Amino acid sequence: MYVLMQAYAMMESDLSPQDKKDLDKFIKFFALKTVQVIVQARLGEKICTRSSSSPTGSDWFNLAIKDIPEVTHEAKKALAGQLPGIGRSMCVEISLKTSEGDSMELETWCLEMNEKCDKDIKVSYTVYNRLSLLLKSLLAITRVTPAYKLSRKQGHDYVILYRIYFGEVQLAGLGEGFQTVRVGIVGTPTGTITLSCAYRTNLAFMSTRQFERAAPIMGIIIDHFVERPFGNVGHMHPCNYRAPGEEEGGAFAGVEDSQEVCTTSFSTSPPSQLYTSRLSYQPPALGAAELCHPGTCTAAHPHQMVAPGKEGGVPQVPMQPCHGAQADHGHVSSCPTGDATHHIPATPPSSGEDAEALSRSSEVKSTSPSDPLDATFTRKVGAFVNKPTTQVTTAGLDLPFAAFAPRAYELEENDPMVHPPDSPATSSPLQGSLHSQASSDNGGQTQEDFVMVDFKPAFSKDDLLPMDLGTFYREFQNPPQLASLSIDVSTQSMAEDLDSLPEKLAIYEKNIDEFDAFVDTLQ
Amino acid sequence: MNCRSEVLEVSVEGRQVDEAMLALLHTILLHRSTGKFHYKKEGTYSIGTVGTQDIDCDFIDFTFVRVSSDELDRVIRKAVAEFKDALNITGSDGMGQISLEFYQKKKSRWPFSDECIPWEVWTIKVNVVNLANEQERQICREKVGEKLGEKVINVVEVINRHEYLPKMPTQSEVDNVFDTSLKDVQPYLYKITYQITDSLGTSVSTTMRRLIKDTLAL
Repeated sequence: MYVLMQAYAMMESDLSPQDKKDLDKFIKFFALKTVQVIVQARLGEKICTRSSSSPTGSDWFNLAIKDIPEVTHEAKKALAGQLPGIGRSMCVEISLKTSEGDSMELETWCLEMNEKCDKDIKVSYTVYNRLSLLLKSLLAITRVTPAYKLSRKQGHDYVILYRIYFGEVQLAGLGEGFQTVRVGIVGTPTGTITLSCAYRTNLAFMSTRQFERAAPIMGIIIDHFVERPFGNVGHMHPCNYRAPGEEEGGAFAGVEDSQEVCTTSFSTSPPSQLYTSRLSYQPPALGAAELCHPGTCTAAHPHQMVAPGKEGGVPQVPMQPCHGAQADHGHVSSCPTGDATHHIPATPPSSGEDAEALSRSSEVKSTSPSDPLDATFTRKVGAFVNKPTTQVTTAGLDLPFAAFAPRAYELEENDPMVHPPDSPATSSPLQGSLHSQASSDNGGQTQEDFVMVDFKPAFSKDDLLPMDLGTFYREFQNPPQLASLSIDVSTQSMAEDLDSLPEKLAIYEKNIDEFDAFVDTLQ
Repeated sequence: MNCRSEVLEVSVEGRQVDEAMLALLHTILLHRSTGKFHYKKEGTYSIGTVGTQDIDCDFIDFTFVRVSSDELDRVIRKAVAEFKDALNITGSDGMGQISLEFYQKKKSRWPFSDECIPWEVWTIKVNVVNLANEQERQICREKVGEKLGEKVINVVEVINRHEYLPKMPTQSEVDNVFDTSLKDVQPYLYKITYQITDSLGTSVSTTMRRLIKDTLAL
């Protein structure tokens, strides 16, 4: 242990303080982004984020990965201020739980670190870019493991849950014969980061008794639903997300950007020039819009020797943002942004965070991109309630878990798709019955949960003809039954047929020779 | 410098060719594209953001991730469509291969044209099968989906070996390393070529013709 500590101390001393700080920051945000990618891949929906040719300063690793606040919160809670390190792995466990209460672990994603160091590697450039590459690989691999297809089909029958824990990797719940896929590795001066996934191959259900095990590290569930029909899910979290107070569809309003501005600026020029530019950079007053573009920041690394054209370009680590340190302490502050559309309240940063001279006056804020990123990140009402279709209304129908959709139900009253005033034909029998009921009320009565609208078929004029299309439609909606189909007539004729049968048979027997002669002519 | 060469083989039904090729080519390009470089004074540069998009296949039980760039998608789709047409037109047994080659340009003095030096070549060999009934097609949907998943894992494994990558260029040399023609993303310089194996087993090679043309061009 002593030898290991000594070796570790030596390794640490080879790394400059700035590099060590940067590396820790990269690993921290890499861990957070890894969790986001994994959980978002199990939400059951397709993910889409937009490319942006201009760096916004809030997109870590130059990738547009949204941050679901709850997931970030849980990840930070699991990490508890620590970083993934040797012997301390960060794991995301994905499991499935059915409506009957059966549950099953599907996969465990592990972010680990081993002792193999790469001392020559450049932290702020090569490590950063390789971490970016690893995140891209994670995006690709999360769509390939068996749990992806299961998560796309989650709904009434089962839901997908996630759990984040820190410490030793637990794979016992994956059953026998689980497979492992390695997403990738990145060497750093303090160890090699490895990202892998162990997934279950045997999908036979476990009993609920097996699900009760040692107390988890995390405790509190953030409940999105009014009730939890799946019973005690304890420490697990559902893999779906609905920001409170949002309308259906629309932009991803609940996104919280990274609390720290990330490295987006690199350099191919020698360090002396950078140092000069750092000294000459005059930070403007707080709140200036230009600050929001970290590309203009030139906080240099005076210690790094770089020649132009080499692979190790010197990155421009921006001015130390105070709210980055705040995030480390688990206290999140939202800083005023240049983008008024996101309505983030302006809160001044708390004092006494960083000793860096330039941190206060040249604060670079985590900005929401001024262009709201058109993420088609659609959200569900809940795991157990399908988004109401245009053909069905929850009001007055005996839907399971209808209690979970009070918001959607309210919206439906005014939803023109559910109560189309103009549709001439109905697309489903249910809707048809609603319309006929409404029309038979003569436009005078109001049903309990419906808005009464006059039946006005499209493309019809009601001024010239005495019988317009609407009247015609109403009158002929319930036509009389065909005579041949009425039961009384059919039973009567059948009785008559039975009675006359013996007579008919007698006639046929008498004329049997004629029939035989007829058949002979046919042959 | 040795060019890294990787070969992936897939057997698909005729209508799955497009999606299988797109899935693999886009997976590779996802890893070989960066955000747009913005060079500033003093030799510094910043990198734009790459967005990603999930694409569900219609004829294969598979979803792949591609870079959010419609321009890039159009280019790749066009190349894949040409490959598929070539597979259909020639009297082939349905065998062919499509290659995605990443290269660097090396400036040569006049009168010689610039040299293109490949540093990574991905070759996807395709074998088109004919299926008799719908049940077989359904099985094929799932099987090809699993196979593509394995190929994606292979691609990721190769890429994460972190072998040779071109050095980050200065502003004057960026067009020798990256394709800067797209508005939203910046892949490494690449070219897509294909070969069809005809029924006699000989390959009708478009790359050979191009090589000869390049050599003779002065």
